[in-house]
Amino acid sequence: MQKSAAEETAVYRATTHSKTQFLFDNERFLGTIFLAPAVIYIIALVGIPFIMAITFSVTDVTVGDTSLDFVGLQNFRRIIQTPQFQRALKDTFLFTIVAQIFVAILANILAVILAQEFRGKWIARMLIMLPWATPISLGTIGWLWIFDSKFSPIDWILQYFGLLGTPDAIFGASKHLNFLGREELAMASVILVHIWRMLPLAAVILLAGLTSIDSDLIDQAQVDGASFWRIHFQIRLPLIFPIMSIALLFGLIFTFSDMVVAFVLTRGGPVYYTQVLPLWAWFKGIDGGSLSEGAAIALFLFPLLLVVAILMLRVARRSEVR
Amino acid sequence: MWAVKNAIKRTLLYITVMIFCFFSASPFLIMLINTFKQDADLYRPQNNPFIYNFPPTLENLELLFQRTNYMIFVRNSLIVGVLVVLITLVIAIPGAYSLARLTGQWGERAGIGIFLVYLVPPTLLFIPMFRIVAALNLNNTIWSLVLVYPTISIPFCTWLLMGFFKSIPRDLEEAAMVDGYSHLMAFLKVVMPLSLSGIIAVIVFTFTLTLHEFVYAMTFISDSTQRTISVGVPIELVRGDVFFWQSLLAAAVIVALPVGFVYNLFLDRLVAGFTMGAVKG
Amino acid sequence: MAVVEVKGLKKHFGNVKAVNGVDLSIQKGELLVILGPSGCGKTTLMRMIAGLERPTAGDILIGDQVVTHLPPRARKIAMVFQSYALYPHMSIFDNIAFPLKARREPKDAIRQKVEWASSILGIQHLLDRKPRQLSGGERQRVALARALVKEPDVMLLDEPLSNLDAKLRASARDELQRFQRQLGITTIFVTHDQIEAMGLGDRIAVMYAGQVRQIGTPQEIYHEPADTFVATFLGSPPMNLFERNDCLVGFRPENFLPPGVLQPEDKVTAFPFHVGRVEYLGSDRLIYGTIEGAAEQNKTISKLPSTITVDIEPDKVYEFVVQAKDLKFFDKNTGKRIEPQPLD
Repeated sequence: MQKSAAEETAVYRATTHSKTQFLFDNERFLGTIFLAPAVIYIIALVGIPFIMAITFSVTDVTVGDTSLDFVGLQNFRRIIQTPQFQRALKDTFLFTIVAQIFVAILANILAVILAQEFRGKWIARMLIMLPWATPISLGTIGWLWIFDSKFSPIDWILQYFGLLGTPDAIFGASKHLNFLGREELAMASVILVHIWRMLPLAAVILLAGLTSIDSDLIDQAQVDGASFWRIHFQIRLPLIFPIMSIALLFGLIFTFSDMVVAFVLTRGGPVYYTQVLPLWAWFKGIDGGSLSEGAAIALFLFPLLLVVAILMLRVARRSEVR
Repeated sequence: MWAVKNAIKRTLLYITVMIFCFFSASPFLIMLINTFKQDADLYRPQNNPFIYNFPPTLENLELLFQRTNYMIFVRNSLIVGVLVVLITLVIAIPGAYSLARLTGQWGERAGIGIFLVYLVPPTLLFIPMFRIVAALNLNNTIWSLVLVYPTISIPFCTWLLMGFFKSIPRDLEEAAMVDGYSHLMAFLKVVMPLSLSGIIAVIVFTFTLTLHEFVYAMTFISDSTQRTISVGVPIELVRGDVFFWQSLLAAAVIVALPVGFVYNLFLDRLVAGFTMGAVKG
Repeated sequence: MAVVEVKGLKKHFGNVKAVNGVDLSIQKGELLVILGPSGCGKTTLMRMIAGLERPTAGDILIGDQVVTHLPPRARKIAMVFQSYALYPHMSIFDNIAFPLKARREPKDAIRQKVEWASSILGIQHLLDRKPRQLSGGERQRVALARALVKEPDVMLLDEPLSNLDAKLRASARDELQRFQRQLGITTIFVTHDQIEAMGLGDRIAVMYAGQVRQIGTPQEIYHEPADTFVATFLGSPPMNLFERNDCLVGFRPENFLPPGVLQPEDKVTAFPFHVGRVEYLGSDRLIYGTIEGAAEQNKTISKLPSTITVDIEPDKVYEFVVQAKDLKFFDKNTGKRIEPQPLD
């Protein structure tokens, strides 16, 4: 088709004028300036530090001597050779997995309960949410007292019922259990506190999943004669599986990389029996000033995080198909 | 028969609720009791820890408020929390909208990328971050935290809001554009008001995060007057091996109760926000 | 004078050619219906006219101005979405006033115009409510009112009746036509419902596979279909088609009649009709069967009004006739309409 000259200029005018006057209608322009701050922020303050972490781990940088001399994999080699490393690695896995299993089970029960109506729900909900509302370092202080070697209220209750502190008591003749001074009990204590602090958020996420389920489905199952638990395991759980796995993987990463509970409760002790990897990295890198070794320890976390990330992507993709 | 079964069910429900409440709240109960205990009462292993064997006292609170930097910690935490929430909103809201609506296929991939950034935890980055903060001359100030905390909150919040925006019918924005608004104004006037639950979820999430954060706060700041409660209380109130136990426990419970109360007010919104953003989006 | 002109418009999504070369011109005050099955590109075409979709090629003119690259707000259009797209967080008043606020009109003028539009549509009593408190029919009126207050050059309606129940749809259609005539607003109406299209349209553009197959008045489209797609898409039951003498012969079921009904002087063609099944629908009788001797197994339908009481029984062969003027011929390969051919 032949266009007249007048038409041609009209088209031209319309296009040029759209580029300036209608900037905030242009999806590409708007999309770019909307996304740019987030991308810049993340590259500057996650991307660059991440590269620095890798760089540090192959040098001999310390707080005092900031020159970056390349030492290859020496830091990693030295770390692996310490007895602490194996212990820390084992502790980190144990602590993460056990805590996550308990959180997953308890959060499911809690979410189902919170989805029901009952008297006093408001106050119950508030009490249950408290551990999440409190900074974890402060919440852990409460537990520090509960686990105190001399004044532990748990010890007092056990003594009161004759379960502790008498020659034939179940928990031993000693007056105190000394939770944080004994290897297994210290680990169990750290795990317990972790379950305690993760539970509310996990329950809220699962609750969100539960409330999104079409109530027709549940009604239908009830009409079909399914019991409460059958409905739960065969209808609700499969439906919230995607969000649950994301919550679970989040929880894994969160627990895996956490050091606060161990720091406040045991400082890694007794000896180094609760010294999870992140805590060790902190003691080495910041407390001990060896930035390079600290960075190397922290990087041991990365392979696992990567695996989790890949799992997460899988789950995300599968839930898109749904 | 059904009535009996129902009654058993109800009883079981209440018992389970009480067990959970006990598990979650008992540390706070102990904190609250000990807040008003005299030293002589607290430090005798034979004393019943759940009652006042001696008359309660306010001395521990006096110590906390007048002879420690507790109020300064609280103020610092509030300043950091509010600023980080603002920064997160300003960056995550447009970012999420861009990924949800403006960038198409490419945005989908970028969205997954941003989500994955959330998987890089502070414990992996605190050592280089320590150097960056020092290089910017921000160490020993709360500004270092204001700068760094959004790196934790932005990825998650962007992802959550992206899901939220996707769940809003596109027709509404297009109607606004046909009605005479630019795409930008359609977003501000139609999408934003409909995303309130998501925005509340983001605010609560981010504020919680700043309140809880410990690793960066401990790494960057050694000056007492710049500390937040999360680090200030456990470090400052523990002097060597001397614990000011009652004040320490009081410091924790004083934060827990009001924050817990406010969260509970917003909990339904929060659940709605998570539902729309993370589950359906 | 053409209010909207579309020239060589194309929209490709990857390999999918949603709209593949469309030319249209819509006159002032006209109600043009774009009719087609789902996926034919009609909604994409409308969205391009609205400015919600960027064309791959071609131009759009509204009121003699090239608007191809202008955003929706720079075009003098209004649109009613299939979902109505009422803003859930605003009252009905604010919904209707929303386009006027965009133009920063003074408060008094806004109030006046909202009242004017809502009185035309009879929804003055709903202005304080929220959209979720309204019924489907009421929402549709609000959406129309919101489009009206803009006083647009052209109003775009995207299947606005499809979310209403059948009863309401008839009255809404009637009302829509009445007020479109009364206000003389140029309107483009997209639908997949041929009854809506026939009843409403001044002209109908039938779309299929991204192209306009025929454009014309409802009578033209129905009686003189340009190709086999248009012939079979319109009419219920659709036009009968069968192959004979290397071309396709078609006639409408209501023109396929038993002998003796037509006047003796009418020029007719007779076909031996093997009746399979007879369906009584009250006002009509549908007779399903096959034409014997046609090139292949064919299904043919005759639709007889109840005024024709001739006995028709299954499994018998009758001589049915079609008037010569009602026979349409199509090219066997392209499906395009061709000149009448002699039938032996």
